[in-house]
Amino acid sequence: MAWSAPNLSGMIFYTLKRLISLILSLAIASLVIFAVIEIAPGDPASFMLGVNARPDTLAALQAELGLDVSKSERYVNWVSGMLVGDFGTSYQYRTPVSGMIADRLWVSLPLAIFALLLSTVIAIPAGIFAASRRGGPGDITVMGATQLGVAIPNFWFAMILVLIFAINLQWFRSGGFAGWDEGLWAGLHSLVLPAIALALPQAAILARVMRSALLDVLGEDYMRTARAKGLTQRQALWKHGLRNAMIPVLTILGLQFAFLIAGGIIIEQVFYLPGLGRLIFQSISARDLIVVESIVMLLVFAVILVNFLVDLAYAAVDPRLRLRT
Amino acid sequence: MNLLKIRDLNLSISGIPILKDVSIDIAQGQIMAVTGESGSGKSMTALSVMQLLPKGSTVSGDIQLNGIALLPLTEQDMCARRGKDIGMVFQEPMTALNPVKTIGAQVMETILIHGKTSREAALTRAKEVLVRVGLPSDQFPLSRYPHELSGGQRQRVVIAMAIALRPRLLIADEPTTALDVTTQAQILDLLKGLVKDDGMGMLMITHDLAVVANLADAICVIRNGEVVESGPTQTVLRERNHPYTQKLFAASRHVVDLPEPQKPAPLLEVFSVIRNYRLPRRKLFTNPGAFRAVNDVSFTIDKGERVGLVGESGCGKSTLTRAILGLEAIQGGSITLDNIPVFTKNKPNLDVRRKMQVVFQDPYGSFNPRHRVERIVTEPFHLWDEAPVGQARNDLVAETLTAVGLSPEDANKYPHQFSGGQRQRIAIARALITRPELILLDEAVSALDVSVRATILDLLADLCRSYGLTYLFISHDLSVVRSITDRVLVMKDGHIVEEGQTEAVFANPKHPYTQSLIDAAPVLTDFATPTR
Amino acid sequence: MKHTLILGLLLSAIFVAAAAVSFIWTPFEHTAMNIPAKLQGPNGTHLLGTDHFGRDILSMIMVGARTSIAVALVAVGIGMCLGIPLGLWAAARNGSWMDELIMRSNDLIFAFPSLVIAILITAILGAGAINAIIAIGIFNIPVFARITRGAALSIWEREFILAARVAGKNAVRISIEHIVPNILNLLIVQGTIQFSLGILAEAGLSYVGLGAQPPTPSWGRMLADAQTMVSIAPHMALVPGFAIIFTVLGLNLMGDGLRDYFDPKLRVSRV
Repeated sequence: MAWSAPNLSGMIFYTLKRLISLILSLAIASLVIFAVIEIAPGDPASFMLGVNARPDTLAALQAELGLDVSKSERYVNWVSGMLVGDFGTSYQYRTPVSGMIADRLWVSLPLAIFALLLSTVIAIPAGIFAASRRGGPGDITVMGATQLGVAIPNFWFAMILVLIFAINLQWFRSGGFAGWDEGLWAGLHSLVLPAIALALPQAAILARVMRSALLDVLGEDYMRTARAKGLTQRQALWKHGLRNAMIPVLTILGLQFAFLIAGGIIIEQVFYLPGLGRLIFQSISARDLIVVESIVMLLVFAVILVNFLVDLAYAAVDPRLRLRT
Repeated sequence: MNLLKIRDLNLSISGIPILKDVSIDIAQGQIMAVTGESGSGKSMTALSVMQLLPKGSTVSGDIQLNGIALLPLTEQDMCARRGKDIGMVFQEPMTALNPVKTIGAQVMETILIHGKTSREAALTRAKEVLVRVGLPSDQFPLSRYPHELSGGQRQRVVIAMAIALRPRLLIADEPTTALDVTTQAQILDLLKGLVKDDGMGMLMITHDLAVVANLADAICVIRNGEVVESGPTQTVLRERNHPYTQKLFAASRHVVDLPEPQKPAPLLEVFSVIRNYRLPRRKLFTNPGAFRAVNDVSFTIDKGERVGLVGESGCGKSTLTRAILGLEAIQGGSITLDNIPVFTKNKPNLDVRRKMQVVFQDPYGSFNPRHRVERIVTEPFHLWDEAPVGQARNDLVAETLTAVGLSPEDANKYPHQFSGGQRQRIAIARALITRPELILLDEAVSALDVSVRATILDLLADLCRSYGLTYLFISHDLSVVRSITDRVLVMKDGHIVEEGQTEAVFANPKHPYTQSLIDAAPVLTDFATPTR
Repeated sequence: MKHTLILGLLLSAIFVAAAAVSFIWTPFEHTAMNIPAKLQGPNGTHLLGTDHFGRDILSMIMVGARTSIAVALVAVGIGMCLGIPLGLWAAARNGSWMDELIMRSNDLIFAFPSLVIAILITAILGAGAINAIIAIGIFNIPVFARITRGAALSIWEREFILAARVAGKNAVRISIEHIVPNILNLLIVQGTIQFSLGILAEAGLSYVGLGAQPPTPSWGRMLADAQTMVSIAPHMALVPGFAIIFTVLGLNLMGDGLRDYFDPKLRVSRV
């Protein structure tokens, strides 16, 4: 559908506004994360060398790790480094953090996307199904299932999946990651159970939101107008209800991404997946704070970015937003 | 043969009877008005014809459109007729359109849903029908979204959707109730023209007898789900055989008996008031600018005077009301009551507020639903440094409730236990309890049925007499303002365009805008003594 | 839906009762190890079996309920105490820079899932139950601020607020007298939902070792212990899992039931 000229400029203005707010959020988030890590007790260099380290070795290591400059300088170095993909050097392994993160990202990111797709594919039709059969046995069944789905902790669900499908049925491996080198299928195969575990509770929430958003829309005046034009209940639902109901659903999708990221960290523990989650826990116990700092920043960046995309999607769905602030 | 024939229609929703033995006939090219007060079942009559009744409805009787009985039809058959044989226009144009679809797409949908039309043909017809309702596509491209149109324009789109396939019957459910008088007049003209040109029959649902008198060929008065009187409009309104018709007619033409105004002495002085709103920024790098809602407004209200402030929505009358109440700062000029400014140093002046109270429009939204009447009406005591306590307080509450026609025992009830008219009495009691000098009545009777409205207007006249009150009556409804004010101010685009004695202004309006307002307002003439 | 409320109340009551009773009585000392009796399935002596140290699982579940309640309750308390006033403030100053500031900082906190907050806190303070409380609590603040602001805004639109302003009442007074009573239902319902989410979050944090530390028993850590044993002693995973599910289910049903009981049109966000 073509937008008329004022709409297009409205869209650009809207996007710019959101972009500025994205950059501001990132700046503040980076400050918060940096400040929190700064409060953490102990100097990484002395932690690494032990209590008996000679002062000159300590100073040399501090210089190597970039710890010998002022805090504000360190913050600037950290942020400007991240902008060009340089996340600093791991205190523990003395290798670039960016390389460590990149390796792990190839596990965590596909897992999150896999889970997001899975939950959407399950939840949207389930929600529509329940809403269109409001009060009927189909609705009650779906709602009961989602009620249960919301209550199940995903990591416990993961353990049960392992028990059934890996240990008893032996369809999948109980943990570990085959790696993408073995081929796409091998990699995906080892992500199936983790993605299901991650997606199902989210799907339950999303289905509930989809259903209630649709039911709200069904009560709107324009749905009655559509019926007065001669549309059947079903046609009115698909042609007029769905797009309007997508607005709250999009909000939840954006928020869910944050939960998927957090959930992913835990699920990686259950399946011994070599993702960001495992890296962050290893780094915490080794007090490799630069790695912790960078991963947290990355996670927060992902959430903020997704919410920015959701904001853009809003404007695509709802023409009123392209005009308003 | 009649176009629409309704016989012995009975409707109950969840076991509660709504309609009883309703029979209505509409001929081709005829406008039939179904009129009655809220809760009479008039809208349900329309929805019965459309068969879009709420869940849990049981219908019996016979509804025939062109000789085909509608009630036995399957849902699928009904869908094929809705929009094609029967079009419908609803009351609320602001919400009747899908906000995320263009107006073109929504008009075309009516055409496309009934099949066998190419997109090009549908587009052509949509353009044609939008021109017909007064939205030519060079000014109103089909790619417009509903939020880019005004209420009247949206109602035109809704009408275009309803008539796109030239239905034989058009149902209009309070199509102009949510619109301003001038817009109302245009929409009514449009509907009348459509019926005349296309030979449609029209079933018009309205509460407004004045609209009926000027528009409908026949009329059907309905009360509590029963038709009390029906026939040709002239006959029904002239003869008024049924007492209920008489009551409705009298209430619609009610003239209030106002006490003589007191000796003139200025009370409220509004001088060169300016009120700006900042506009939201629409484009980058441009100054968003400000909207001047009230522009250089000056007037004076004397003690004991009843003044009307009329204007259409968006004219700035609500903004002015809030400024007079001292709820918002003004950007220029002054507002004083008894020579004291209502707003000083970023703060409303409570000394002034004590002498001034307000009654709002909505009898349902103007009370905290969790508070009892006693607490509601005593809220203005907050303005007093030493509010009465104990027996003195109870006496004052009882006296005030009695004054507005309620009983002192009502103090312990919750607002939901009262009807709309009674609630408006509670609102008046709240305004009256501090014994103010000036009461602002912001659309105070607009949401009420005519018969209730008449009693509330009488009450206001009585209170004016016994408490020596001054009224500022803010309303879009000219007939109400005419019946209860001595003097009237006409507001348009932030300016007062005309001011004068009410009867003089109504009889001989000077400003073209006032003339168009008065021309547009439907008037219920006394049919018993024909003027023409 | 009266029976939803009753079922929810019942399940929640069992959970609270288990926690309360554990203060005076548990079948066994919950820390008492008994290696010879390890990994027993449910039986006459140990109704829900024993773990890999021979500890009685029922006793651990009962004491663990205390941890769950304490963490979730305090976290909801933090969220309400800070979130509701912030939401009321933002609503009262709708459209101002204050509103904008409050809502933008809320958005920012939303970008830090509670697990991420817990990781950051652990980096400074080390692991512990306090971490879990702070992390979940901080995350609850924007939830309550948002829901409060949204609901309060619609109340501010009503004419009775205008009437109160005409009566000379200021924003604080109006918020307390008129806004809060009219949104309390909504806040209570949201509270039960956040409480159940808090229990889930606490279990997750304990599972990865960021929550309550030994010897404080916790359902999440019981599951972590069960993970390596899941093929030989599945009851070690099933029992705490069902404890979590029934509790969360109970609280959610209670929330839904309360919402229907208060007002069928009440809007609650379940995020």
